[in-house]
Amino acid sequence: MSAISSLRDLTYERQLTIRQRKGRVLEVIAFFSILLGIAILLTLLIDVFLDGLPWLHPRLFTEFPSRFPEKAGLRSALQGSIWLMVFTALMAIPIGVGAGIYLEEFAPKNRLTEFIEINIANLAGVPSIIYGLLGLGLFVRGLGLGRSLLAGALTMTLLVLPIIIVTTREAIRAVPRSIRLAALALGANEWETARDHVLAYSMPAILTGVILAMSRAIGETAPLITIGALTYIAFDLRGPLDIFTVLPIQIFNWVSLPQKDFQNLAAAGIIVLLALLLSMNAIAIWLRNRLFIRW
Amino acid sequence: MIRNRKVLEKKIVVAVIFFFALISVFTTFGIIGVLIQETILFFQQVSIIEFLTGTRWTPLFATKKFGVLPLVNGTVLVASGAMFIALPLGLLAAIYMSEYASPKARTVLKPFLEVLAGIPTVVYGYFALLFVTPILKSIFPQTQSFNGLSASIVMGFMILPTVASISEDALSAVPRSLREAAYALGATKAEVATQVVIPAALSGIAAAFILAISRAIGETMIVAIAAGQQPKMTLNPLESIETMTAYIVQVSLGDTPHQSIAYQTIFAVGMLLFVMTLVMNIISYFFTKRFREVYE
Repeated sequence: MSAISSLRDLTYERQLTIRQRKGRVLEVIAFFSILLGIAILLTLLIDVFLDGLPWLHPRLFTEFPSRFPEKAGLRSALQGSIWLMVFTALMAIPIGVGAGIYLEEFAPKNRLTEFIEINIANLAGVPSIIYGLLGLGLFVRGLGLGRSLLAGALTMTLLVLPIIIVTTREAIRAVPRSIRLAALALGANEWETARDHVLAYSMPAILTGVILAMSRAIGETAPLITIGALTYIAFDLRGPLDIFTVLPIQIFNWVSLPQKDFQNLAAAGIIVLLALLLSMNAIAIWLRNRLFIRW
Repeated sequence: MIRNRKVLEKKIVVAVIFFFALISVFTTFGIIGVLIQETILFFQQVSIIEFLTGTRWTPLFATKKFGVLPLVNGTVLVASGAMFIALPLGLLAAIYMSEYASPKARTVLKPFLEVLAGIPTVVYGYFALLFVTPILKSIFPQTQSFNGLSASIVMGFMILPTVASISEDALSAVPRSLREAAYALGATKAEVATQVVIPAALSGIAAAFILAISRAIGETMIVAIAAGQQPKMTLNPLESIETMTAYIVQVSLGDTPHQSIAYQTIFAVGMLLFVMTLVMNIISYFFTKRFREVYE
């Protein structure tokens, strides 16, 4: 009797060892799949830096694009990217934050509100190139803005709105009800409460979301190509109705050229783009750590 | 007086921000309106049957053929290749993050995945064309300079963080009680993960997978740079192909006159792309909703 049970224990023990070993294998494989992702990221960065660093010259910031790689620069692309971001921010931030406040603080629970919410969720999943087609049909042709910076900024505004709305709502939702009740009890109306208290407290988290949305806008290429942003611009930007180009489009243009020098120039452009993104994200993280309030 | 002014201010502000919220609805209608308008013009000249079933796509040539299937073929080929990488690796990464990683390891690893997701797609295109393709050429000498495989591989890693992050949310949302019940019955950690947590989080994982496919289909710059401009019906990933998105870019870069048939083709192709991604986003939305209903 006891011999049989100890035999059973033995098979159980052996089985258990096998089962635990299988578990270790899963853990190792799972860990390595993350590591593989990180390895690819590092390979990409090293590859870009090795190709681009020798071409990272002050000239890159002061010269217009050129047929000669040793004379070519990012001046018009940088101007385009920065002004595009400014105009996009001017439109997208008030609209996105306003819409977020409305949906979180004022919207009645009805069919229309639900419809708006489903719309926002869906828009976040629409491919960016479709926004380009919308911009082409609506802003470039429909409103007759042409291939202008303003048409690009309007397109980008629609593209990043869902991101700003969603992060604003999450930020506002984190503000406790007691803050609202306290303000209302002192006689503030709902708008004053939202503006002076809820918005003030959620500002750091909203700013983080806004910066993330802007870094999305600055890296986007496809919708701007679709609305007809040019690849070769050899003069300074004169105003919002002027034709324009941006950093990613200039990079795309250089990558597409067969000469190795231009491809290295593209790598240098990528370094500039990544540095811009990195500094924006660093600001976002700094804001998050500096101003974030834990309730 | 002051009180009245404040009430008025509130009413105006609420009306304005209500309008801001409505802009999302206008955007959706705008997309559908613009796409339908041009697509109708297109289908006045090209039969819808030819568009959806034809196997030759040459709208920019002298003899124009408008069969969209080669573009769909290219899109599906590249996207499925990307899924071979993104789905298994993304799910495994999510399992590691939610079941195995210590909180410290998580805070170290997560930013890397976020950076991977935040890199502009044009950078991935550069990497696919100038790093991955030369390696592929040295392994398979018949690889063409533009090919679907390099785009697939790089796109797979670009989408990996999306799959990982949404799947991780789904895995983490599975209640502790389920895990503890399984441990109490003597299950090992791996058995809990694969036989209890994953089945319980299945609809959330499905949502992540479908969203990933939708993103792969809509991804533009990697394929525009690395996969080529030759629409053809092939399953060979080493050949130059063209996707729907890459075609839209190709036409946009040329100087296509307004109201020409080539101009209208990009809206017809865009319409098809929009419908494909919309269907997948809706399916994903319902999976997420079902998952939320069960556990939240």
